[in-house]
Amino acid sequence: MSIIMNILIAILVLGVISALFGALLGYASVRFHVEGDPIVEQLDALLPQTQCGQCGYPGCKPYAEAVANGEAINKCAPGGEDTIKKIADLLGVDVQPVDDNHEQDDSSQSNRPKVAFIIEEDCIGCTKCIQACPVDAILGAAKQMHTIIIDECTGCDLCVAPCPVDCIEMRPTPETIQNWQWDLNKIAVKQVN
Amino acid sequence: MTDYALLLIGTVLVNNFVLVQFLGLCPFMGVSSRTETAIGMSFATTFVMTLASLLSYLVTTYILVPLNLEYLTTMSFILVIAVVVQFTEMVVHKTSSSLYRLLGIFLPLITTNCAVLGVALLNLRLQHNFFESIIYGFGAAVGFSLVLIMFSAMREKLTNADVPTPFKGAAIAMITAGLMSLAFMGFAGLVKI
Repeated sequence: MSIIMNILIAILVLGVISALFGALLGYASVRFHVEGDPIVEQLDALLPQTQCGQCGYPGCKPYAEAVANGEAINKCAPGGEDTIKKIADLLGVDVQPVDDNHEQDDSSQSNRPKVAFIIEEDCIGCTKCIQACPVDAILGAAKQMHTIIIDECTGCDLCVAPCPVDCIEMRPTPETIQNWQWDLNKIAVKQVN
Repeated sequence: MTDYALLLIGTVLVNNFVLVQFLGLCPFMGVSSRTETAIGMSFATTFVMTLASLLSYLVTTYILVPLNLEYLTTMSFILVIAVVVQFTEMVVHKTSSSLYRLLGIFLPLITTNCAVLGVALLNLRLQHNFFESIIYGFGAAVGFSLVLIMFSAMREKLTNADVPTPFKGAAIAMITAGLMSLAFMGFAGLVKI
């Protein structure tokens, strides 16, 4: 019985203390109320509140303030296009695509080195691309189908223009365990001071 | 009177909260990159620590001890600290919006600053009376501020120094903090408390 009484007293005491402090804070929030900039508040409400800092500001609120002062509206990567559209509606400006530097999915595929690829069904065996190739990476003979030695190709594009039937295209090299490389520069490293 | 003066000096220098007792290391590392921010943080922490040690003394002596609820000290101290921090945040927001923007996300972090809870709990363990509690809290905060501002000044110098690449940024800051801690060991035995 006394244990239950003790627990009840403990809960009651903590509850009373909390209520007192709550009242104090409630009074303070009225007494020290600060009128925020309404447009900033609205912008802040549209942002995803992830506080990720990818926009370059320390949080969503600072970015909202910056947008209100004319900063670009397309820096919020987590919000994506939806957020940009909503912000554009609110501010009455044009929708802009998500800033490349702040886009969430990295476009690593397009940055990969490319090699030429001959669509072999279309090749007529004219040897023009062989003559154009500076590194002898194209194998083939007259009236025979040509093909590219991928390991030799430097991706210089020179063979694409001479082809009369447009059967050469540049394709990104597939990423394999053999050619995968550390690319630490892709990870944005921020110097912490 | 001498006792109080000794207690103050002892808390600020001899038993410095950051460098001797290793409390409050996260703001020490986190907010020390710019002196301006460090000074703001110091004022906020001083205010919160003094007020929190005062309030927690009152809560312990007049509510928890008479009701035999000493086991609730940690919980109620956290409550007290959270309220004081919230209150400080509102006051700072109202009085100085530039300081508010400067402190930004750091102000709520005072809630989890272990030095603040440490002061309240150490007051209890060392059986300080009302004035001793206030002086201990104030002294701890002054010691924290002193070290934080000195450290931030050093870090500002360090950003211009030619630091070897592996030691740049946080690494050299850690080393600096360690050396400062060693230097503060020189105060050991100056005042017995």
